[in-house]
Amino acid sequence: MILGGRDTDLVLLDENGIRCDGRKIDETRKIMIKAGVLKNADGSAYIEFGDNKIIVGVFGPRDVHPKHLANTDTGILRCRYHMSPFSVEERKKPAPSRREIEISKVIKEALKPAVMLEQFPRTVVDIFIEVLQADGGSRCAALAAASVALADAGIPMRDMVSACAAGKVVDTIVLDINNEEDQAGQADMPVGYMPNMEKITLIQLDGVLTPEEYKKCVETAIGGCKLVYEIQKKALTDKYFSNGGNN
Amino acid sequence: MENTKRKYVIPGDVITSGPYRPEQNVILDGERIIATAIGISEIYDDTVRVISLTGKYIPKINDLVVAIVLSHSSLSWELDINSSYVGFLPAADVFGRDFSAHGDELNSKLKKGDLVVARIANSDRSRDPLLTISDRELGKIESGELVKISPSKVPRLIGKRGTMIQTIEMATGAIITIGQNGWIVVSCENSDGLLKAVKAIQMVEEQAHIANLTDRVKSMLESNGE
Repeated sequence: MILGGRDTDLVLLDENGIRCDGRKIDETRKIMIKAGVLKNADGSAYIEFGDNKIIVGVFGPRDVHPKHLANTDTGILRCRYHMSPFSVEERKKPAPSRREIEISKVIKEALKPAVMLEQFPRTVVDIFIEVLQADGGSRCAALAAASVALADAGIPMRDMVSACAAGKVVDTIVLDINNEEDQAGQADMPVGYMPNMEKITLIQLDGVLTPEEYKKCVETAIGGCKLVYEIQKKALTDKYFSNGGNN
Repeated sequence: MENTKRKYVIPGDVITSGPYRPEQNVILDGERIIATAIGISEIYDDTVRVISLTGKYIPKINDLVVAIVLSHSSLSWELDINSSYVGFLPAADVFGRDFSAHGDELNSKLKKGDLVVARIANSDRSRDPLLTISDRELGKIESGELVKISPSKVPRLIGKRGTMIQTIEMATGAIITIGQNGWIVVSCENSDGLLKAVKAIQMVEEQAHIANLTDRVKSMLESNGE
């Protein structure tokens, strides 16, 4: 497998509409989510989204430290997205990079409309996202897992937040961009979406799209979000309502 | 049971729509009533609510809780009540009205790590929940085994009109103090009874969603006795 977009021979989309990893244009990678994988966190989730492997732990609502950050009207949300040194091909320095700080911020803001922290004034909910293995689209995978972990922690939410990316490859709008398509493709658009409220909580775009393409891209991504939602739902149902029960 | 419709829900699920009154763990979105927690939804007459299966303890006035002393200042103790907030126990509640910060030593009554049965005297959004131990059956716990379960499963452990807890107490001879916050103190004269009571409590926690649990617990307790 050749990475980094340096390989000009890489066929991103062949004449039959099959992409470089064998998927059709409207197909996501293989997704698996498991809720409640950590004992010491109040809520947790593990997601495999293609080759992404991400673990999320949620603590709270709990006392805020340092105290001056506390808000007497509402709870606050804090989020840390972190990539392990071994998550990419060349060792990544463990200190938070510019990119990680950005993703922490956008994930926090994508979850904020869903959580109802006004019920817990003077507290904080901490979300820790650890990327064990990164492929393209890790912010969407992390967002989907964080939402499951929040629900597992019992934090009241208006809706789940699901997430999926879409993008443009060889002038075609495709669902769920992988790493190769991200590097060599023309556009990448991650979308966070609340499926029951039908509201978008995260939208970013890297690349250039015409207005028609933009519209199609958003619709494709929302379609992907709905698929991810079903998997999130299954993860929670498996943990809480399956007959053997409580593990 | 009649008139109730139950369903498993996760946050965002639409339970029903129409002229219903939203109660705990649900919100109204236009006509739709939406769950905000993982749990079991109940429609009872014109009210809708979700019984949450997860989450921390939310203090309610008059709840009995089991608490652990975290620390104290010269005027009050701070107690862990398994909630988002720490419980606040003023020294005057223990020493009486003539308490003086100079004369009385808080350490002499309650030390860090002590277990206490307390009642929530007051709880609102603006302050930490206020506790009291000035009542019969409240106060420091001298002996017993602490068992922790999820606060959402406390009603199941008590059972309908206390049937579940009576079953366990009668079969084992143990005395069980249940805090609404999910912390439970079991004390028993003989160690066999203690182990059996703890096992029964853990069984309730693990199988809380299974019907006919009282009979299962009963048969478990009886079979072990032989």
